[in-house]
Amino acid sequence: MDDTKRYERLLNRFRDGDISRRTFLTALGAAGVTAGITGGPMGMLARKAMAATPEQVRFDGWGGVVSEAFEKYAFAPYTEKTGIDVVSGTFGGADEYIARVKASQPGEFNLAHLSGVFDYARYHGLELTSELNEANIPNLKNVIPTLIDPLRKITGGTLSAVPYDYGTTGIAYNRKYISDDEAKAKGAKLMVDEAYKGKIGGWGEWKTRIWYGALQSDQDPNGIKDIDAVWDMIRAHRDLALKYWSSGAELMSLLAEEEIYVTEGWSGRIKALQDQGHDIGYLDPAGGLGWQECLFVLRGSPMAACEELLNFMLEPEVAIAVAEGQSYPPALDPQKIELGDTIPTLPAFDPSGTLASLSFFDPAYWNENEADWSKTFSRVQRGY
Amino acid sequence: MAADAAGARRTPWMLLSPSLATISLLLIVPMLFIVVYSFWLRTATGADQVGFYFDNWIEVLGDRFYRDILFQTLLIAFYTTVICALVGYIPAYFVANTRMKSKAFLLLLLMLPFWISYIIRTMSWINILGTSGALNTLFLSMGIIDDPIQMLYNQQTVVLGLVHYLLPFMILNVYVSLDGIDKNLTEAAKSLGCTGFQAFREVTLPLSMPGLAAGSLLCFVLAAGTYITPIVLGGPRDAMFANLVFEAIVTQLNWPLGSALSLVLLALLGALVVIYTRYLGIDQIAKSFK
Repeated sequence: MDDTKRYERLLNRFRDGDISRRTFLTALGAAGVTAGITGGPMGMLARKAMAATPEQVRFDGWGGVVSEAFEKYAFAPYTEKTGIDVVSGTFGGADEYIARVKASQPGEFNLAHLSGVFDYARYHGLELTSELNEANIPNLKNVIPTLIDPLRKITGGTLSAVPYDYGTTGIAYNRKYISDDEAKAKGAKLMVDEAYKGKIGGWGEWKTRIWYGALQSDQDPNGIKDIDAVWDMIRAHRDLALKYWSSGAELMSLLAEEEIYVTEGWSGRIKALQDQGHDIGYLDPAGGLGWQECLFVLRGSPMAACEELLNFMLEPEVAIAVAEGQSYPPALDPQKIELGDTIPTLPAFDPSGTLASLSFFDPAYWNENEADWSKTFSRVQRGY
Repeated sequence: MAADAAGARRTPWMLLSPSLATISLLLIVPMLFIVVYSFWLRTATGADQVGFYFDNWIEVLGDRFYRDILFQTLLIAFYTTVICALVGYIPAYFVANTRMKSKAFLLLLLMLPFWISYIIRTMSWINILGTSGALNTLFLSMGIIDDPIQMLYNQQTVVLGLVHYLLPFMILNVYVSLDGIDKNLTEAAKSLGCTGFQAFREVTLPLSMPGLAAGSLLCFVLAAGTYITPIVLGGPRDAMFANLVFEAIVTQLNWPLGSALSLVLLALLGALVVIYTRYLGIDQIAKSFK
């Protein structure tokens, strides 16, 4: 028996006179206290009630120009058409957001601009996925199938999110000190080159560190045979690095101020630096890391309202405006949709729409090792 | 009569009940939840496995990694506290003894840093100490150095950031203590033959120790519990114990382990406060200099 039925039965018993008003309210109050402290049926009921007739849906994203584009091109027309407000929130990182969601009641958070495919699998593991009615999202047909398939595979053929954009985490280097030829010749090993000791950076995130550790130890990141060799490479990088950065803004600042000469970096952020006039080179090495971001609908959300909003956000006009704002190509298939003049100039853009040249995290493999590797990385980072 | 006595016994509890309820709800109940969480386990998916397991405690108490980081944290907190005490005493002394009319203004200046976000204040050091920062730019323009000096992202800058953050707490505590000292005592010491420095050493310093001790305790506890400063100003290896709590809870979604870690830190810092109060309490310190 689910919580709704349990509640309805309690209500019917009260209406039928089987229980007194006092007993009914006591039972509700006790459930409320339980829900307030531990989460549970009352909380879910409250959210389900909210989901049935939503006056608003909550969207969480990375803020900045992306949120502004969403607000202008998607949220405003959506609210005008449906009368449903979009409450826009921001988060600093995927880990921070999932911790917030884990602490919330279902329905408290609705949509989010998340990293796929790894995080999609994490949310599924935490039973936070929903099931989209794809018939309500006609614009989904314009999305690159290569980006949809991995999500579908995780959730057994259904979708809890739609892919929205993609990019790479490649090697960024200051051309004043490192030539394009040198970067190309050394590839991922540029970041463990002793010649640049104290001028090397890196993202302090365990997955990226391990991915690049695998490349530096000549292994397939999605099939690591010798994890000790990877940890050794991470240690070597740690000892040469000045700083592990933790945000895109910090990455840009470190490179722009010449605190570091080389680091891995997010393609869109490096493009932004180049547009600002900084002579920063960008290279996706062999086996370089690709990723996608998706618009995720969390369990307990008002599905029809969320699906309609997703369809708005996948309108080419909206997706292209957001893509240009954040310098990441949209998930729209260039073979089906005309993407304009700017998108094809963005780093990582694949005109074929197959994304065959990019490597992505294998979610099953990485999730299987997540608990062990994330903990070990924390130790290795601190000198172990 | 009996009813009156019972009513009289109840009155203090009734008066205290709002405070007790607030403390219970906001402090004791959340703390109990953290204790309960610490005995749960994290499953492979990141969900929590409810139960009564000692695994987290065995790991936290038995693993050298956590002990080392805890020791490093206490060391950084100690350095910070000592520097705050040395650096903070001088302005506190000046403000307490100034005859300027603008004493209130000086006190306002002490409070001024609290109006700016701690994170912003911490990040300001990047603009001061960075390769393209103010100091390097100045030294380069003066010809003192040929290449920028790498000053950022090490343990020293973490301590510097913490001192910057905590100095006002120290100054205010010492100031309050100094301000309460009867000025006639130093005058009396001088009239009995003490030099100015001797009067300070024999009278002012001992009497200001309660403030210095209170400021030190506050600085130490706050420094040991911070995690933002190492993130912003530290290098790859620089971490404090609170960073491990943050990583366990946010990055690894391991709330049970994070709860156990946070309780260890809480217990340690709580023990320090208890020891301080029991053996080095303000009264004890004051008495020891009598």
